[in-house]
Amino acid sequence: MNISLKLNGKDISADVEPRTSLADFLRSPEHGCTSIHLGCEHGVCGACTILIDGRISRSCIALAVAADGCDVTTFEGLNDDELITQLKDSFHQNHGLQCGFCTPAMLISAREIINQNPDLDEASVRFAMSGNICRCTGYSGIVAAITEVAKNRK
Amino acid sequence: MKPPPFDYVRPDSLQAAVGALADLEWGGRLIAGGQSLVPMLNLRLAPLVRLVDVSRLEELRCLEETSDAVLFGACIRHAEFEDSEVPDATNGLMQQVAAGIAYRAIRNRGTIGGSVSLADPSADWITPLIALGARFNIVGQEGKRVCQAADMFTGPYTTNVGDHEILVSIEVPKLSAEAQTGYYKIVRKAGEFAMAMCTAIRDKQHGLCNVVLGCANRKQILLPNSSTYLADVGEWSDQVRADFRASYRKDMQQANRMEDLYELKLCETAVLQTVESALVNS
Repeated sequence: MNISLKLNGKDISADVEPRTSLADFLRSPEHGCTSIHLGCEHGVCGACTILIDGRISRSCIALAVAADGCDVTTFEGLNDDELITQLKDSFHQNHGLQCGFCTPAMLISAREIINQNPDLDEASVRFAMSGNICRCTGYSGIVAAITEVAKNRK
Repeated sequence: MKPPPFDYVRPDSLQAAVGALADLEWGGRLIAGGQSLVPMLNLRLAPLVRLVDVSRLEELRCLEETSDAVLFGACIRHAEFEDSEVPDATNGLMQQVAAGIAYRAIRNRGTIGGSVSLADPSADWITPLIALGARFNIVGQEGKRVCQAADMFTGPYTTNVGDHEILVSIEVPKLSAEAQTGYYKIVRKAGEFAMAMCTAIRDKQHGLCNVVLGCANRKQILLPNSSTYLADVGEWSDQVRADFRASYRKDMQQANRMEDLYELKLCETAVLQTVESALVNS
């Protein structure tokens, strides 16, 4: 099936099998969005989080055919995003990553959660980020990094 | 881990969507947000021949507010309730329920109609919609029909909607401004599927008083004794709590659900927390 969508600001079109997940489609060599990490492939770990029409979504449980006509942004497309830059710095400062597998999705999710709730504190960061799993269990650093950015933006 | 091959269509009208289901004897399935269905496809738990994508159909994105009800299209997403992008008919109850569904990334895609149609016994929307007395508008080859909340959910993963029918919209009667509501669920980890959940509504002006219990692997049930007790009870106290506990036990006895002591206790906690929050906080 033929689909057209906007990927990181560029119009693309492709022929995809209906069963192809959006994650596999975007990670393919042709599109190369390898910031999308596949952990569980059934919507539990959050490592494949991207933006569809500006909102965080899990690309492993979205079908590529269903993204036809959508505006898709992956971590590759957020290099110049101000909040992402602040979050990256804060993750660096607060030891917010160990192996880094969950990191792109952590940053994308944190970006929306901070944009959504101006009054985040540590407890609400923990609750809001509960859909992203860090198997290094480095949550203290991650939560501290996000909470710091949220507080500084107030 | 990938789904087996299937056919995918995105009809541009409701009629065409009904047709896309009807011309298959077996194996046609609707997809909206896909937040439960695609994981099941990935795990090869949901055999199907054709996916019919209804997420962009205008009829399923409808939104109509009248003086006594709000009509929500089946494909309105959880996040739209959470962010108050749709009118609130329930003094904040629907917003509270939506904000607790799974995680934000799921709420951005998942829809109220998809959740209702799948009828996972842990799904958040079911107990509040039963308690509110919602009406479900269903379309099939024979035309339109309306299903009342009490007849909609027939058991875990089974509803009144037939294999060749589509849930189009859900009409939620408005509560009065004085109505009290409570919703509480027991989950082991934030965003996980609930092990027990309960919705309580007391709207004296509209003569509505319902306590509805949901439990992980069971059909949702209205608790008649607890509902009757809630209707006229005064302020929250230790005595009221003890009386609710007794009426809850009576309800469970009548429903033949006394044998699993763990479940009995779990559901008791959900019910007591719910009625307390309805009486104390709202």
